[in-house]
Amino acid sequence: MSTNTLSPRAMAANRWPLGRVSRLALLLFGAVLFLAPYVFMLSVAGKAQSEIFTSALTLIPEQFYYVANFTKALSRVPLATLLWNGVLVCGLIFFFQVLIAIPCAYAMAKLKFRAARLMMVLVMLGLLVPIHATALPLYVAFSSLSLLNSYTALVAPFSISVFAIFMFLQFFRAMPDDLIHAARLDGMSELGIVTRVIVPNAWPAVTAFSIFSVVAHWNDLYWPLVVISKQDYATPPLGLMYFRAAEAGDDYGALMAATMIITLPLVAAFLFAQKRFVEGITMTGLKG
Amino acid sequence: MANLAIDAVPRARKTAAAHERSEARTAWLLALPAIVLIFFFILLPVVAVVFLGFTNFELGMGKFRFVGFENYAHLINDRAFRKALWNTTCYTAIVAPVSIVLGLGVALLIESETTARSFFRTVYFLPVASLIVAMATVWQYLFHPTIGPINSLLALVGIPGPNWLAASGTVLYSLSIIGVWQSVGFNMVLFLAGLTAIPRELYAAAEVDGARSSLARFRLVTWPMLGPTTLFVTTISIINSVKVFETVQTLTQGGPNHASEVLLFSIYQEGFIYLRVGYASSMTVVFLAILVMLTFLQYNVLDRRVHYS
Repeated sequence: MSTNTLSPRAMAANRWPLGRVSRLALLLFGAVLFLAPYVFMLSVAGKAQSEIFTSALTLIPEQFYYVANFTKALSRVPLATLLWNGVLVCGLIFFFQVLIAIPCAYAMAKLKFRAARLMMVLVMLGLLVPIHATALPLYVAFSSLSLLNSYTALVAPFSISVFAIFMFLQFFRAMPDDLIHAARLDGMSELGIVTRVIVPNAWPAVTAFSIFSVVAHWNDLYWPLVVISKQDYATPPLGLMYFRAAEAGDDYGALMAATMIITLPLVAAFLFAQKRFVEGITMTGLKG
Repeated sequence: MANLAIDAVPRARKTAAAHERSEARTAWLLALPAIVLIFFFILLPVVAVVFLGFTNFELGMGKFRFVGFENYAHLINDRAFRKALWNTTCYTAIVAPVSIVLGLGVALLIESETTARSFFRTVYFLPVASLIVAMATVWQYLFHPTIGPINSLLALVGIPGPNWLAASGTVLYSLSIIGVWQSVGFNMVLFLAGLTAIPRELYAAAEVDGARSSLARFRLVTWPMLGPTTLFVTTISIINSVKVFETVQTLTQGGPNHASEVLLFSIYQEGFIYLRVGYASSMTVVFLAILVMLTFLQYNVLDRRVHYS
């Protein structure tokens, strides 16, 4: 487009043609709809019970009840426990997934062994099977081992991620063999190669996978709901379920405050590392 | 000299073989933890689910016996289960297409826009990064029949709003709205990645070839080039919709009167609330069969249409 020959006024008109205005209007309209739940969450978290019942459409509370609602939410939700459980469970899951998947993917990508093809079949089959399909037998097994209501029950089934193997495998295949040969000539053991050559070079894949893994397990409700029945081990989604059940009703002010507190960590992490999030989701292209 | 050379060949062969053996041994050791865990946490449970589906196993009862296909015969006549299958199908039939089309639309709009791109991307992606159980609570408020903002807005223009989550006629649509809201951003990000991968020259070439309107260029370049992305997004969207659970468990518990009962919720109730593990296992087998079928469809039917060279 050659706008440089036009007069300033024509340029200004050209910068806002009808197509572009309608495009922006559409995007803005959609953005308002998508943000509406957050706006109402912020608004209701600061309203008094009486105001919630009378004026649904005023966004700014007449009287600020934030302190009251948040105090109530914090006194009923053991927030520190929930967040700690969430961090611990997600951290442990991620740690084991990477610890187990990287050596396996390296062996499949760069070493010759006969089971490699069989492993590939296992991984592809495993990709098909979500936790919902294995939950029943796993529940029976954990129950008979008296492992219900434990961190082990929350973490163990996810310690293996065939998706992690699959992703690292793709990544390692693209790595030059020379790098590994050079390391071998230097007399490094295979384990040394994995820890000192492969892992440092796999960092982009590890970050991408970390985002996928943390988002999936921070949000997961199904498995915690199955194996946990005590508040001490509740993860954030489960804790919020307990709070909802205990409140049982229309105390939306406190509910929204609790909702805000529990949503905030991951949303903050997302806003803080947005680029990495989007890259991670694009690279892994999977969730849940 | 000659002797040495003759000697060296088998020795080299021997060390090569030894090397191969040791490489295979190392590979086994490195892969062993993964193999063991796949066996215990994926393979064995899947086999166990299929096995349990043929029994009347109940948790807490000591004995169980084989019942053959009794569970499956029961499933066919189970009105609640058929309702759950139907509801899951309807939910998927709404959420998957709408979230794919909206995801693609938003991605196209953002891609052709220069201002505030990252702002819009953030806004549409935000629901993906939000705890769905928490946001479901917010939606419950938005949908509230008397004090909720949606019905208050409708009342302003004189429309009596429905009882969104508590009426059997609307509950599935309400859940679908939440489902779409939750997954558009995810699809958008994937489409954006697909769009940036299209070479700019193709658009210029299409323009030379007479594709003047942006719609013509979309049909000629964007749509065919996005084929693999669209297939991928479609499969993931369908599979994720079939796995709907969180919103149902949080907001409706399958009600009112089974109107929002979905597949995973039925399995959860049968297996973990009523503890009828055998019967729930047969439901799980149906669920797995659906997933296998969808993946098979992706690889074999659709894959052929989107690849071109």
